[in-house]
Amino acid sequence: MLYINCPHCGMRSQNEFSYGGDASVKRPELNKEVSDQEWDNFVYNRKSLRGKHLELWQHISGCRQWIKVERDTATHEIFRTFKADEEVA
Amino acid sequence: MTQAFRIENGGLINRDKKLSFKFNGKTYLGYEGDTLASALLANGVHLVGRSFKYHRPRGFFGAGVDEPYAVVQLFRNGETEPNIKATEQELFEGLEAKSVNCWPSVNFDIGAINNFLKIFLPAGFYYKTFMWPKSFWYRIYEPFIRKAAGLGVASTKHDKERYEHKYEYCDLLIAGSGPSGLAGAYAAAKNGAKVILAEDKPRFGGSLLTSDVNIGNQSGKDWAEGIITELKTMPNVVVKNRSQIFGYYDHNMLVMSEKVSDHLPSTKKYHPNKRLWYIRAKEVLISSGSIERPIVFGNNDTPGVMLSSAAKEYLKVYGVLVGRKPLVFTNNDSGYETAIEFKKHGLDPVVLDSRKNPESEIIDEAKNLGINIKNSYVVVAAQGYKKVKSADIASISEDKKQLGKIENILCDCICVSGFWTPTIHLASQSGNKTKFKEDIDAFVPGQSKQNEITLGAANGVFSLEETLKTSFTAGSELSKKITENDNKVAIPNVVEKKSSQHDKFWCVPLPKGKNYKRFLDFQNDVAVSDVEIALREGYRSIEHVKRYTTLGMATDQGKTSNLNGLQLVSEIENKVVPAVGHTTFRPPYTPISIGAIVGREVGKHSKPTRKSPMHSWHEKNNAVFVDAGVWLRPRYYKRGNENLFEGSKREAKNVRTNVGVCDVTTLGKIDIKGPDAAELLNRVYTNAWLKLPVGKARYGVMLREDGIVMDDGTTTRISENHYHMTTTTAQAANVLSHLEYYLQLVWPELNVNVVSTTEQWAGAAIAGPKSRDLLQKLFPNSDVSNEGLPFMGYMEGDLFGVKARIYRISFSGELAYEVNVESDYGNFMWEKIIEVGEEFNIQPYGTEALSTLRIEMGHVAGSELDGRTIPFDNALEGLVSKKKDFIGKRSLQRSAFTAEDRQRIVGVVPLDKQTSIPEGSHLVKDDKAPLPNPKLGHISASCWSVEYDNPFSLAILKDGKNMIGQKLFAMSPLKNKVIPVEIVSSHYVDPKGERVRS
Repeated sequence: MLYINCPHCGMRSQNEFSYGGDASVKRPELNKEVSDQEWDNFVYNRKSLRGKHLELWQHISGCRQWIKVERDTATHEIFRTFKADEEVA
Repeated sequence: MTQAFRIENGGLINRDKKLSFKFNGKTYLGYEGDTLASALLANGVHLVGRSFKYHRPRGFFGAGVDEPYAVVQLFRNGETEPNIKATEQELFEGLEAKSVNCWPSVNFDIGAINNFLKIFLPAGFYYKTFMWPKSFWYRIYEPFIRKAAGLGVASTKHDKERYEHKYEYCDLLIAGSGPSGLAGAYAAAKNGAKVILAEDKPRFGGSLLTSDVNIGNQSGKDWAEGIITELKTMPNVVVKNRSQIFGYYDHNMLVMSEKVSDHLPSTKKYHPNKRLWYIRAKEVLISSGSIERPIVFGNNDTPGVMLSSAAKEYLKVYGVLVGRKPLVFTNNDSGYETAIEFKKHGLDPVVLDSRKNPESEIIDEAKNLGINIKNSYVVVAAQGYKKVKSADIASISEDKKQLGKIENILCDCICVSGFWTPTIHLASQSGNKTKFKEDIDAFVPGQSKQNEITLGAANGVFSLEETLKTSFTAGSELSKKITENDNKVAIPNVVEKKSSQHDKFWCVPLPKGKNYKRFLDFQNDVAVSDVEIALREGYRSIEHVKRYTTLGMATDQGKTSNLNGLQLVSEIENKVVPAVGHTTFRPPYTPISIGAIVGREVGKHSKPTRKSPMHSWHEKNNAVFVDAGVWLRPRYYKRGNENLFEGSKREAKNVRTNVGVCDVTTLGKIDIKGPDAAELLNRVYTNAWLKLPVGKARYGVMLREDGIVMDDGTTTRISENHYHMTTTTAQAANVLSHLEYYLQLVWPELNVNVVSTTEQWAGAAIAGPKSRDLLQKLFPNSDVSNEGLPFMGYMEGDLFGVKARIYRISFSGELAYEVNVESDYGNFMWEKIIEVGEEFNIQPYGTEALSTLRIEMGHVAGSELDGRTIPFDNALEGLVSKKKDFIGKRSLQRSAFTAEDRQRIVGVVPLDKQTSIPEGSHLVKDDKAPLPNPKLGHISASCWSVEYDNPFSLAILKDGKNMIGQKLFAMSPLKNKVIPVEIVSSHYVDPKGERVRS
């Protein structure tokens, strides 16, 4: 079971969190013309990386904040975690 | 016969306490501190079971967790548990056990005929034979194999025992209390670290209990006892025996099963049977030791053939002789240690050593004691059926290919030592890539993957001195990292005898003209010949060979067989062992009872139960409850002998004619506050929200980004910047997460707060033509007239002193209101409604009537919003704004969603107006068409229309818009029904919606 460092609460076990997918996906702006391809990329197309992956988790049984977690999808190693509004350098 | 094989003195058992127990119906005596295995051996019982495939007699092979044979059915305190290893089960007064895998008895087993048919039962036999004809599998082969094979029988009764789960954190977790574990624990504990030390056996000390060594001028056993005694007094240390760490998971999470009560005749009051520990450790020291491996020879499965270390353990720990004429067969010095113990107890062991001329201190000691040692000698085959009677032995050439003349010597046990296999399971589970260590012919952990270190025999180090040195150091270093203390403890001096190099020899060749079975895997009857067949048939990957032959499977998971199997494959394939590789080590290391894994999540505790504040009223008024997610909701309120159909029909009818009240507390409620609340709603819902006035409610539909309807509900503007959103019962949690996602990640600039208030409000829906009259009596000071509180209006009211929120919204399609009060007043509100409503013939109604009412009105719910439908499909496209953007809008342009013949909700009525249509039925054009009959749609919900007194259903139908008036068939192969139906509008009752506005 993963041990995730919630930037708001500290180290917590995975069963307090729910997974939210790729954190690098950006929603197209509202009221903007979007091509089919752009929209498909936003809604459906994901890279399913092996290796370092920036992903979203929500601390549902804790502070309810969405956070970003930099995790290796093959080894499960977690490198860094970020608040929702933190820029990932 | 009473314990004829127990020596006069010695052992760690409590001779003051005799225990009586039963095995296969016969009563025996043992001592406190015995295992079932040691007590049976003390009584000379060597036959305990039959093997899996050939039903050959089975005795004891080991003395612990590695035991492949002695698996019994245990009876304890009125319960039974299968597949218990007799070598692990501690004896208690009144214990009862039976052999498994034999019928009618262990002495006369009909299945043993397989032994004579063994030529027909090679590897893969089941796969090859029982494949044809196909129809025979379920009826004949499968039941037969199931009866003939298999180990114990699981109890069919409810388990009365209690199991606990526990979560723990520590600095250093240590798996195994042998020399390495004790040293590591002691050093770390003295340095202030929080330590957990786990030992699977009842006694601490591991190999120190049986080895002849000195540590710090005392015997190894006494030293271990001293350390444990001191550790137990330290507040920063948890010491647990009977506790097996069986799994190493991600991020240093390890799971341990503690057998709290298995050694007692019955579980103590308030105690669990087992306790499962989830331990998050900063560092892990794996000191799991090693398991002796056998040498393969003919009939090496005969009872009486066992590991030499087991024979030594039975003698030194339990004071039991496994035989009186022992033969020791070894390729290393360990066999001599066992022989020396036999000699010290007055027996005359013979040692066969495959090595030509080994020299060491231990061998010298054996020689000095006058033990008969034969070098370059091997056991060719054991003789005897239910017990070893003699052994065929022979000299062996230096290249280990040629046997000399075969001699037969009398013996009653053969103690085998083929050197040691490090127990690397935990390290491997942590992700550590193992490496092969040539000098010990075995795999050891490689580079650490997580925060784990493996030391001592588990790391292939068999020198006590080195083990203690590295373990004390590791304990200090690991704890220093965490506590930043630097209190080192002195490393004691060690006296041990040096060993000589073992012989890389593991399998005795067959003598000419003999075809003895030479077993690799004892539990599954996998012989050398089976692996040879598998390779001949083209299996190459060791994982495939394992599954084809069953080598290394079953309850012992090949703890004694895996490495010899690899040796064989590597020899035949002409590869080195590391090139063959080993099969994956998966948790659990030993079988864990399902009860321990489930813990307390059984029965009522398997999921939470949520009840509304009015629950006790429902109970008192004969509500029949139904699970709605985790909620318990009244399905109908039973009157007299009514069934569900009659009761729900009565309740629904009363709503249509008088007034009914329904508990709607379970609806999800979300409080939304902030200056940008309207903007959020405008983006989340498909319709327009910016102009909703204060005191008004609006129905809204929200989509996922892929255009599929996520949820629906009404949201009310309570005040300028304050909204009250309702969701369906099922989607409440998802909708909240959905809103939080957009507020925190996508549009953080919106100044809005959302919080769940589902549990803060109790809700009652009051529906029916007389509902306004009732409401006026409930709120005499409020103007609830059609003008004062119009459809979709909202007001606050005073319910006999309790502040209430009144929403004029309707799910039933009747004139209806929803009254909310704070949860604590829920029951008060409910009783007042019932009391005041009496003059209007009010009746409470449950979820079944609620469904009936919404179905005949064509209102959609979860069965239509099933994660596959868009607004159009639900006739909700009128709510989709063309002017503004919202979540999922862009997806609605997808060609499939705009297709001319897009599916759409319709009403369905059986032509006979009698036959109810099963939900899930498919709508087809031609009921006689060949399969697969093209499906046009499916029935999503069915009811008995109380308005028209005939069955009515909703369906999602292809091109539904143009299908009104068509005749189709509803087919339910499950219920074996074909019903001719007519397609009608989904708004079956009051299509203009006049009642809700009346």
